Amino acid sequence: MLRELTPQVLGTVVRRFRDFAAAEDAVQEALLAAATQWPDEGVPGNPRAWLTQVAFRRMADRMRSESARRRREDEMALEASRAANAATAIDAAPEEDDTLVLLFMCCHPALTAASAIALTLRAVGGLTTAEIARAFLVPEATMAQRISRARQCIQDSGIPFQLPTKAEQGRRLTAVLHVLYLIFNEGYTSSGGPRLQRVEMSREAIRLMRSLCNRLPDEAEVAGLLALMLLTDARRMARTNGEGDLIPLNQQDRALWDRRQIAEGLALISAALPKGPAGPYQLQAAVAAVHDEAARAEDTDWPQILALYDLLGRMADNPMVALNHAIAAAMVNGPTRGLELLDKLSTDARVGDHHRFHAVRAHLLEMAGDRDGAIKHYRAAAGKTGSLPERNYLLMQAARLSSERHETPAARAEKAEGI
Amino acid sequence: MKYILMMNADKRNFDAYAKWSKEDLQRNVAFMRAFNKELRDAGVFVATEGLGAPNEAKSVRAGGDGEPITDGVFPESKEFLAGYWIIDVESPEQAYNIAARASSAPGPGGTPGSMPIEVRRVLGGFADLGL
Amino acid sequence: MKYILLMSGTKAGVDTYHAWSQGDAETHMAVLRSINKELSESGEFVATQGLAGPEEARVVRGETKGVPVTDGIFPESKEFLLGYWIVDVESPERAYAIAGRISGAPGPGGAPTNMPIEVRRLATER
Repeated sequence: MLRELTPQVLGTVVRRFRDFAAAEDAVQEALLAAATQWPDEGVPGNPRAWLTQVAFRRMADRMRSESARRRREDEMALEASRAANAATAIDAAPEEDDTLVLLFMCCHPALTAASAIALTLRAVGGLTTAEIARAFLVPEATMAQRISRARQCIQDSGIPFQLPTKAEQGRRLTAVLHVLYLIFNEGYTSSGGPRLQRVEMSREAIRLMRSLCNRLPDEAEVAGLLALMLLTDARRMARTNGEGDLIPLNQQDRALWDRRQIAEGLALISAALPKGPAGPYQLQAAVAAVHDEAARAEDTDWPQILALYDLLGRMADNPMVALNHAIAAAMVNGPTRGLELLDKLSTDARVGDHHRFHAVRAHLLEMAGDRDGAIKHYRAAAGKTGSLPERNYLLMQAARLSSERHETPAARAEKAEGI
Repeated sequence: MKYILMMNADKRNFDAYAKWSKEDLQRNVAFMRAFNKELRDAGVFVATEGLGAPNEAKSVRAGGDGEPITDGVFPESKEFLAGYWIIDVESPEQAYNIAARASSAPGPGGTPGSMPIEVRRVLGGFADLGL
Repeated sequence: MKYILLMSGTKAGVDTYHAWSQGDAETHMAVLRSINKELSESGEFVATQGLAGPEEARVVRGETKGVPVTDGIFPESKEFLLGYWIVDVESPERAYAIAGRISGAPGPGGAPTNMPIEVRRLATER
């Protein structure tokens, strides 16, 4: 049986992680574990799933120890790109920190988000134009133009090559954090994407954030955003299955979460929070920390999360935060309370017809036992999302509820009778 | 030779697809993933795109003053582009064979479909067309 | 955000086009080319394709005994895709503005053709 399962498990691991040699090792270790444990504990109900899970964990362990080595390499690469960029910078003062200045320049509020992202990745991240183009699925010539125009815009607006003034610092730093946050959300190589390995934007964003954090150790929001990225990225391996399907937070295999990243994120946010009134990134990091600290989904401290969203909600008028607030309220006070909060949002033009709004409403309606309402809103959400994996996920939820609906006692009885 | 393989569907088809069972959806998605991989492995894959649902589709004409005129109303029977593949192959017959494979994507109940796939040759820029 | 801008026509429409004067056709193409150039320069261009006419088109519906079942020519009145643009833009309004420009490309006598351009969001794989 093991000999039959081996190529199946190996296939799954290779498809997921792309590293054939490492996958072989991981699968071998899983087989060894099976050979040792199964004679005593008995063959598991689903041996293939058991082997796959053990192999996945081995891969995650391996990647964790690799990332320490990668981090050292990243620091070296950053030094190299700094040196290259210093050569093209205008009036660079040698005693100033070029990386920080470049970052502020590339994220200047005068630039569009797309320009700032492209320029930052090129000038500060040191990625090639081709790599950035591939990450955003546009032709290389298009990306080259974006970068070129962004450089021109900076030159034309006479932005000096120096750190922002004290008066400007707050606004400029907000712009930098926003750009890095957008880069982070560009996320991961898609499983079905072209053969060429796309640079992982999430990893790139974390790298750039670390750099920023080192240079601005007293800025709590900077530490907060880095913590948020680490605590979110830590869940990456569990977020999709081998086929690229989305797995919601409450169903993820937490053994696939990156413990080192979680530890680092927790340390960062714990150090940042006491420094003073918490900003939005710190609060979002705190929410992520509460999720990541729970050993199982059912251990999640939802009252804590609700309190954090209460604070966040008062801070800024962000409809997406309001949606998360509604979910937290539902988990603590029941779905009716969550639905009440959604009703208040439904007149907000920014979100009232957004796919996320429908998805959250569907989820809460399901919690409340309104199957028909949930199905309707899952389908509405599916029709509005631009993401294929999300659309599939939402249609599956609707389909699941739809089939449950037909499983009334009468229907079940009929089935049993063979009618 | 580059060909485009187009999947068209009217609003009724889109709505019906949204109501498929979980198994039917999973089977269809799995088929499409496997199909894309086959195209890549065979070295004929150029591009594939899925389009958003037609509820958000807009028809745009030039306005008198430079502002576009947008309209979201289409005839009930209109066929919308749902998605396409662009392949690079040696002959039209090869394109039709690949289209037949796409066409056989499983429908409800898992039976291989015979969804109509429109096959057109791609000509590069508009300039090549005399258009 | 990526959008696809679809230009469709009927056989009658295309026949009419083929009857334009040389000058009108060249002007029309020049305007489309300059729009493409602007999109390249603004960093919004992703792709554009023209498709061969419907005479060569086939519709394939499954296969019988390993042979694709093909069907030919479209009826006179049916609309078919002539070509498309894919653009990567900051907002849907920008996509509509570009579509409006394409729609406004001049026809006979310099008057805008006013062809309807269908604008659709492209789904992402993530």
